[in-house]
Amino acid sequence: MKILVTVKEVAEAEDDFDIAGLDIDERYLEFDLNEWDEYAIEEAVQIKEDGDDVEVVSVTIGPERAEETIRMGLAKGVDRAIRVWDDAFEDAGMLDPKTKADLLSAVVEAEEPDLVLTGVQAGDDSFGATGVTLAESIDFEWGAVVNALDLDADAGVASVHRELEGGIEELTDIELPAVLTIQTGINEPRYASLRGIRQAQSKPLDLHELDDIGLDDEALESPLSRTAMYEPESEGDATVFEGSAEETATELASLLRDVGVVEG
Amino acid sequence: MSDVLAITEHRQGELRDVSSELVTVGSELAAQQGGALHLGIIGGDVDAFADELSLEGVETIHTVDHGDEFNHDVYTQATAQLFGAVEPSTLLLPNSVNGLDYAPAVASTLDIPLVTDAIGISRDGGLEVTREMYGSKVETTVAVDADVAAVSVRPAEWEPTTDAGDPSIESFDADIDEDAVKSTVTGFEAVAGGDVDISEADFLISIGRGIEEEDNLPLIKDLVEATDATLSSSRPIVDNGWLPKNRQVGQSGKVVTPDVYLAIGISGAVQHVAGMKGSDTIVAINTDPNAPIMDLADYAIVDDLFDVVPALTDALE
Ligand SMILES: Cc1cc2nc3c(=O)[nH]c(=O)nc-3n(C[C@H](O)[C@H](O)[C@H](O)COP(=O)(O)OP(=O)(O)OC[C@H]3O[C@@H](n4cnc5c(N)ncnc54)[C@H](O)[C@@H]3O)c2cc1C
Repeated sequence: MKILVTVKEVAEAEDDFDIAGLDIDERYLEFDLNEWDEYAIEEAVQIKEDGDDVEVVSVTIGPERAEETIRMGLAKGVDRAIRVWDDAFEDAGMLDPKTKADLLSAVVEAEEPDLVLTGVQAGDDSFGATGVTLAESIDFEWGAVVNALDLDADAGVASVHRELEGGIEELTDIELPAVLTIQTGINEPRYASLRGIRQAQSKPLDLHELDDIGLDDEALESPLSRTAMYEPESEGDATVFEGSAEETATELASLLRDVGVVEG
Repeated sequence: MSDVLAITEHRQGELRDVSSELVTVGSELAAQQGGALHLGIIGGDVDAFADELSLEGVETIHTVDHGDEFNHDVYTQATAQLFGAVEPSTLLLPNSVNGLDYAPAVASTLDIPLVTDAIGISRDGGLEVTREMYGSKVETTVAVDADVAAVSVRPAEWEPTTDAGDPSIESFDADIDEDAVKSTVTGFEAVAGGDVDISEADFLISIGRGIEEEDNLPLIKDLVEATDATLSSSRPIVDNGWLPKNRQVGQSGKVVTPDVYLAIGISGAVQHVAGMKGSDTIVAINTDPNAPIMDLADYAIVDDLFDVVPALTDALE
């Protein structure tokens, strides 16, 4: 059995930042493994450890900078990794879910996985649509926002819980092959061991350019484009307590007494 | 070709709030486009739902009487067929958890672009969608260069329409290919029961990822003890297993409306806010003056929780 895990390196904004054009100035961005993908990786690695003959492959659309993040996955137990990138990406516009799904479809065709795990969303642009778009494109079944997974590979069924709103979970049986978008909390992601980190250095991490996956520049054309980015006007009118921690704490304490939620 | 089609949502016999919010955004958009608003209701007690959704601004309600509960394969097929019949220029879907499970599939089947989690939509010439990025720290506008597009709409962002209207109600005979239905909903489960019900509390002290480590939790528990408050949290604290699920506030946890909600080291992500914005008084302690929670707070301390929380405990003991 083969599991493909999509892994994105996401950008996180520092507390103080400036916007340069259509994005936050890169000086104020920190790059890290997408929180949701961390859980997807762990889920795949646990399935591998519980079964025999399971291979876990990760795929990332991202520049060379992302390789450090990709190696984190390899250190946690991913067997090998694919990075999709091309000079053409530098001039490309917005990589919307459809564009990403087209790129990932080409990788799925070559790898023929039985199961694809993605995160529910990427923490930076929060589109939350790439996994299900991919499923529809490659004619896989799917399930979104999965927070429990019981795989019966012989029967070809994934029994999942989908986390709905308001503390309700939906129990669903999904035929394989399938794409599941994984929700945080489904497992406890491991830390990479020192040994894992060492081993990761020698695991395969292959670059696929557009040509290698049978696509050309046209694959990057998207009908969506970002036309502006700005800091929303604060709607808040909070009273901000100023001063040292002792001073602000004292003010807050008397507020709590005035409101009547603490005695005194 | 200037109409809007919006697909409503229900669960376990009840319409979800987002349905009447879709009427609000849908009728605004239809007016801009010079067209009409159509609603789709798929599955469940479609006649009762159609009655409930006979609201101002809706021209036609199309009911698809197929199944009781949401199934993404059925919804994808039915929505695509309704789309073919109505020929709208904009398809609106809810950005709910079920929306996440079928909106991308619908857009992909129809080969139309999708913009998700809209907090603003306008069509002045082309379609333009406002959405957030970087954990609600910034807003962006996305232009859609296509005649026809799908947009998923953030729940609780628009006011619901409540005024009655007089739409025509038409039954739509969708041709569902059962062989293509490869997922089966077998049931529902309520989680997060247990000893405490945070939605009953008058004073919630809620902790977020700013606490950094499980070993730091006693700092908060001391404050909780000193104040006789109830402890709750944002999702990552529960995901990490530091607190049980019944302590989680938010979209997938509990909705709370205490007299005071004290958010410590919580950024105020939309899914968290969904669970606490109805609190009477909101107080935030956060090092980031631009954290989205600040927009909601009535009182705020912009400082390190590791300094403020012990001082607050002292001041209250
Ligand atoms: C489908 C779905 C459902 C979800 N459901 C929920 C839900 O029910 N509930 C929920 O909470 N989330 C939910 N989330 C997750 C949500 O998107 C956020 O990831 C989460 O709420 C973030 O939690 P946080 O604010 O504690 O952490 P962060 O966003 O990481 O914020 C931490 C905050 O702490 C501050 N901070 C850091 N250090 C300090 C310090 N020393 N002193 C003071 N402040 C400090 C930072 O400035 C920051 O604002 C859901 C997400 C999805 C996709």
